[in-house]
This record gives sequence, structure tokens and C-alpha cells, in this order.
Amino acid sequence: MKKLFSILLFVTLFAAAWTSKAAAQDPQPPSDDDVNRVARQLFCPVCENTPLDVCPTEACRQWRALIREKLAAGWSDEQIKQYFVEQYGARVLSEPPRQGWYWAFYLIPVVLLLLGVYILYRAFTSMRQPLSESAQVEAAPESPAAVETQGQQDYLRRVEEELKKRN
Amino acid sequence: MSESTVAPRRGMPVWIQVLVWVGLLALLGLVAFGLRRAQQGTVQPGDTIPDFTLTLFDGYQYAGKSEVKFSELRGKVVVINFWASWCKPCEQEAAELETAWRDYQDDERVVFLGIDYTDTPTPALGYLTKFEITYPNSPDLGSRVSQLFRIKGVPETYFVDPDGKLSYVQVGPFASAAEIHSIIDPLLKP
Repeated sequence: MKKLFSILLFVTLFAAAWTSKAAAQDPQPPSDDDVNRVARQLFCPVCENTPLDVCPTEACRQWRALIREKLAAGWSDEQIKQYFVEQYGARVLSEPPRQGWYWAFYLIPVVLLLLGVYILYRAFTSMRQPLSESAQVEAAPESPAAVETQGQQDYLRRVEEELKKRN
Repeated sequence: MSESTVAPRRGMPVWIQVLVWVGLLALLGLVAFGLRRAQQGTVQPGDTIPDFTLTLFDGYQYAGKSEVKFSELRGKVVVINFWASWCKPCEQEAAELETAWRDYQDDERVVFLGIDYTDTPTPALGYLTKFEITYPNSPDLGSRVSQLFRIKGVPETYFVDPDGKLSYVQVGPFASAAEIHSIIDPLLKP
């Protein structure tokens, strides 16, 4: 019984080791989704404004084949993108790299947005200013205009009273 | 009559106004530059070609070196052909270019250079083998040289005279080797 158990254990361990070795030698080939995941981050300079994953030309088909080749060789997405930049220039990237002058593409829109918000804020506050000031003029009884009106009304009332007495 | 006192309206600070105008002008300048460049087309005959360096494909050499520096070719007629393996019209002229190159191969006054535009290595090398192209060829790393010439597509061929000035641009394929001869020969006359 003990001998049988030893043989079974040996066979099981050998089979497990053999299968894992076979699996390591035969990795899954990259799927179309894997290729498209990288391809949609790239643009072929020949077909402007068309992402590589949907571009129908022969040049783009070759580029996708190259991506598949690199993925099968174990390259990461970033390594593949870097390879394409070295071969064809940074303009193939769908997003400009975050380095050097390319930062302008990210910073300029933010600066313009903040500037726009500030200009709007200033415009709104300056529009509200004259309204509040005119309201202040009407509300203040000590203002010269208000005092003058009050004096005229008193004068007219006294004139009317005098006229009534004479009549 | 008494005067009502209204506070003067506060305008935009001067530095903001300057910033906005400078930004707008810079944006307009960029757009103008881009439009001008887009409409400019390829380099024109008479233009001096700026210097560039090519790293040749494996198996190709020029003067025993795997790199070619354009400025070192001064004094020669240089024929620069842009091609790609995915380009069908390039296949039409590949044999004609090779024939012409073999005619001038022993004439030290003429150099042919092939530049592979936005191509992948395996099909590119397959193309060179298929058409038995022997003149120096290189990939256009970083698309630098094609941008220098502002090429619009492939095939395009540029003929540079011994003074380093562009003499003629062929857009599209050559029909025959004789056509290539007819452009090079006048440039070789003293």
C-alpha cells in the first residue's frame, strides 16, 4: 500500500511539473483585443486623424501586426509605445507625452479656463456695482437730494395751511 | 442741484488685458504658422537641403560605414528616394531605380539613397530583398528626414545637385530608368 502511494505521488508530481513546463513554453498568443488596446493609443502618420485600431490601410495593418509581434514577445504596452515613438516620432501617440514642451498641450487649456473664469467673475461683479450704488442713493435719507425734497414738501405744506387759514 | 456720487467702474487689471492679448496673438501666430506649413508643400528646387544622418539597414553600407551623413556627400549628385513596403506605386519604380543605380554605381559623382517611410522592419526588409535593391537604404527614424523634406506621400524622389541644392522633385513613380538618367545627366555636366 505504501509503495502504491509512493508511485501515485511520484506520477502526480511528475505530471504537474510537465504540464506547467508545457504551459510556460506555449503562452497564450495576444488576442485582437490586446492588439487593439495598444493600437487605439496610436495614430499612423499616413492616415491622419484615424486611430490605428480602426484604420483600414495596409500601412496600419502592418503596424497592428508589429504590435501583435511585440506583445507575443512579452513587451508591455508602454515599451511598444516607446518603440513606435523612437521609430516614427512622438506624433504617432494619441496623447502627447508628459515631458518637455509637450506639457504646453496640458497646461494651456487649464490656464485659459482659469483666465476665463476670472474674467467672467470680474464682469459679473462690475455689472452688480452700479445697481447697489443707485439703491444706496434712494435709501439714504441724509443725501442732499433727499433733504432737498423733504424741505420742498414742508414748504408746500405750510403754504397750503396758510391758504386754508385765509380762506 | 446737488450731484449724485457714483463710484468709478473698476476695469480689468492691465496685466490681465496684456496677458489675454498676448495669448490671443500667440494663438493666431501658431495657427498662421501651421497653415503656412501645411500649404508650403515639399522643399522646392533651389532650396538648400539641411544636413541629416541616416542609419542604414543591416547589410547595407556606404563607403564602408553603416551611417551616411548628408553633408559629407557635398560635391556629388544625390538621389533620395522615399518609399514604403505598403506602397504599391513604389513597387512600380523599384526595378527602374535599381537599374539606374547600377548604371551609375561606378561613377563616384552619383549617390542613391533609399529612405523607408513609416514602415515596419520585416516587410521593409522583404521589399528590399524582393526587388534586389543594392543602393544604401535606411529607415526614417522618428520620421525626421521625411519631415525635413515635408514629403506628402510615397514615392517621392529628390535630386540634389553637387552644391547641396535641390534640383528636381519627382512626385509619384518613374516610368523608366531612362527618365531617371534624363534628370541626373544634366547635373553631372561641368
